Amino acid sequence: MKLELRGITKRFGALVANNNISLTVESGEIHALLGENGAGKSTLMNVLYGLYNAEEGDILLDDVVQKFAGPGDAMNAGIGMVHQHFMLVPVFTVAENVVLGHEQTTFGGRLDLSAARAKVREISDRFGFDIDPDALIEDLPVGVQQRVEIIKALSQDAKVLVFDEPTAVLTPQETDELMIIMRQLAESGTSIVFITHKLREVRAVADRITVIRLGTVVGEASPTATNAELASLMVGRAVELTVHKNAPELRGTALSVKNLSVIDSRNQIVVNSVSFDVQAGEVLAIAGVQGNGQTELTEALLGLQQHVTGLIELDGKPLRGYSVRHILDSGVGFVPEDRTEDGLIADFSIAENLMLDRSSGAPFVKAGNLQLGFRAQFAAEKIAEFDIRSQGSEMEAGRLSGGNQQKVVLARELSRELRLFVAAQPTRGLDVGSIEFVHTRIIETRDSGIPVIVVSTELDEVVALADRIAVMYRGEIVGIVPGNTPRATLGLMMAGEHAPATESGL
Amino acid sequence: MSTLTQSSAPASTPIVKPAAQIRSWKIPITFGSFAVLSLFLFVVLGRGLRGELSTFRLSEGRDLIQLPEVALPTFATGVFVAVVLVLMAAASAWLVYRHTKIPIVLTILFALLFLVGFLAWAASGSTIPVPGLLIGTVTLSAPLIFGALGGVLSERAGVVNVAIEGQLLAGAFSSAVVASATGNPYLGLLAAMVAGALVSMVLAAFVLKYLVDQVIVGVVLNVLVIGLTSFLYSQVLAPSANLNSPDVFPRLNVPFLSEIPIIGPVLFRQTIIVYVMYVAIALVYFGLFRTKWGLRVRAVGEHPQAADTVGINVNRTRFIAVTLGGVISGFGGAYFTLGAVGAFNKEMTNGMGFIALAAVIFGQWHPIKATLAALLFGFATNLQNVLGIIGSPVPSEFMLMLPYVVTIFAVAGFVGRSRAPAADGKPYIK
Repeated sequence: MKLELRGITKRFGALVANNNISLTVESGEIHALLGENGAGKSTLMNVLYGLYNAEEGDILLDDVVQKFAGPGDAMNAGIGMVHQHFMLVPVFTVAENVVLGHEQTTFGGRLDLSAARAKVREISDRFGFDIDPDALIEDLPVGVQQRVEIIKALSQDAKVLVFDEPTAVLTPQETDELMIIMRQLAESGTSIVFITHKLREVRAVADRITVIRLGTVVGEASPTATNAELASLMVGRAVELTVHKNAPELRGTALSVKNLSVIDSRNQIVVNSVSFDVQAGEVLAIAGVQGNGQTELTEALLGLQQHVTGLIELDGKPLRGYSVRHILDSGVGFVPEDRTEDGLIADFSIAENLMLDRSSGAPFVKAGNLQLGFRAQFAAEKIAEFDIRSQGSEMEAGRLSGGNQQKVVLARELSRELRLFVAAQPTRGLDVGSIEFVHTRIIETRDSGIPVIVVSTELDEVVALADRIAVMYRGEIVGIVPGNTPRATLGLMMAGEHAPATESGL
Repeated sequence: MSTLTQSSAPASTPIVKPAAQIRSWKIPITFGSFAVLSLFLFVVLGRGLRGELSTFRLSEGRDLIQLPEVALPTFATGVFVAVVLVLMAAASAWLVYRHTKIPIVLTILFALLFLVGFLAWAASGSTIPVPGLLIGTVTLSAPLIFGALGGVLSERAGVVNVAIEGQLLAGAFSSAVVASATGNPYLGLLAAMVAGALVSMVLAAFVLKYLVDQVIVGVVLNVLVIGLTSFLYSQVLAPSANLNSPDVFPRLNVPFLSEIPIIGPVLFRQTIIVYVMYVAIALVYFGLFRTKWGLRVRAVGEHPQAADTVGINVNRTRFIAVTLGGVISGFGGAYFTLGAVGAFNKEMTNGMGFIALAAVIFGQWHPIKATLAALLFGFATNLQNVLGIIGSPVPSEFMLMLPYVVTIFAVAGFVGRSRAPAADGKPYIK
């Protein structure tokens, strides 16, 4: 089926999310929609899927203008969507999720789940998925959940399939498999819209590329274009794709973690006997697919987890079992992975956010009184130093862009006397400019002789920053390898295979 | 512990994380406290030392099949129960120490045994009418069960229903008035359902359309219904008594079934309201877990956005579920007037709606489990009645607290962390 978008404009108040966007996807074609976070890709697809109504423009399927009042209409017209955040009910089975909204019933309104199971089996056989229709979604790995999303779309005979940032949660191997599935689908005549900001993937699989920036189409490209060309088109200026850094200047072991285990509130071992050292002056990157224990590991370092066993020593002093306050005072800086939830208080001003972890004494508080003058001056300095684009230090942090919010978090954490710096997903959801900035600051921190732990699910980021890489899989460290380890090896390790020559515990 | 699979398992196998080894001493501590309590009550206090008997009457006088009365020596029974309870507490501590899961059977046995010991102790020198105790349990549980079913429906769809109390009270009021005015108690039942539905529609409208905080709307609705019914009672019902004298439903004996020993009188010598309750429990269970409608209701309560993206109208589904919940709760309200008292009184629901809400949570948002929880609270209430009649050694003020103490223990202690529908209480905004 041929999909055509003509002059789509979508506004949210004063903000123009999509400005006169036109796009054509031929039958059996994989059309990549490339753009930075916040460029308007997802908005456009939500318009296509009937979740939003566009102010202007038409959606045409096989040259017939469509009117979608909701996702139901879009689905009936043959549009399917694999959402970035999976639209699956975690406590339902695969079969229940696939039929939801299109249930078949037998006598007395009873749900016909056997028909649903048959449908799941039929589609998963067609693509060689091997999925148990009766498995609960919450028990399945994300890669499999994504296949359930695909099955869900295909079970409605989707002729146009939209993949919204599908590789964000996948291992490199799973990504490769997804590419093969997308090719298979395209060959069987399905038109595919592939939304992403990862250049490598676009060049691997797309037939055509449309680049959008700030809500407008800025150009089309062919898959033969180079990374640099695509990146500069996407960002609007020439971009440095690599981080400049010198060889690390190692200054002896600073952080030492031995047999660290974390048990979560559901009584499951989420970090299982993990050991590693970090030297002052190096970046240890912790790679791995989301949900393999990285979050709990960093939280354990900060004293945020309840059931932790093992040993954590910073400069020879134990950290485990102490309060978060004590750990912060010991010189640990922490950038949490969800900056809007854990990093900032959105309704507080920039200045208030900058002093959040120093509310217990001088110089910010004297005799129980906030030192507003000092705080304003401090905030002004940090805003200048970290180039936080804002309307002054009293602006609410929630109204900043993602990149500037992250700069506030960085400014707060890096302006203390640090002995260890832990950054979890420091560039998630940021634009290229902000990513450059954050990476530069992390390397500067390293070069000033502070041990740095960077947790990232993005292999690009891991490779760019790391001096050594620890790969986590199902709560364990599969291996610790040098920073120049080939991506293919890292990819295999992220799927749980041990490195050929593991220098574990180094 | 050695079950953690390291090799790259096939992608579709669920992640099996090993169960961790945190010892939870909650159950041994609870068992221990009760064992100590029973040692103190049954042994140290020395009640029944002069050879008193505690008699359990198992049949009612008009039963076809008469079971013999069971007479237990009070003190000996007490000592036996206390010793066994101590042993069970020790066993549970040992199980926890060994990282073995405490079987639910042990908990049930423990509770039953404590109950038998307590009854024998309380009834020293007198007789406990067991059928009466249980019949009253089912009868008194009826409004709780209706309220809990209404709550389950509403909360499964993602709307916290604090207004159960208001729905019960509105049902009680309108059923009394309509049944009195028309002389037809069945029309009274209908009116109760309409009243419950109206209350929940107000809840749904504010919560779904205007996105007001669900708990606040619920609390305000309760206060509103209390105020409104109290006002109408004193202004309208009190002066003209013929508006507040409905016929009470008689107890109907189901042929044959009602003659089964113990179970028969308990389950099948009840009013039509209780029989409707049996049907309602089955219908809510079937509706939620076996039908297309139920799948959608649960989807909307767990992950409304996922439901929206497959073309389900989230707010409409929620509205219908909340309204249906109100219908059921309102019907339960009719119990107070048409099933028991025969007249409406100010605030006659007396907090039962909140106990029903506790039953929803204790029952883990499941209609059958919530019913069992409601029965537990009903039993505690009736136990207090029965012991009050036969004269128990516990001060009556203490016994009046019993249902609420049970509620607090049940919700806070034994449930632990039960999982609510993921989107319960959260408005859906696109």
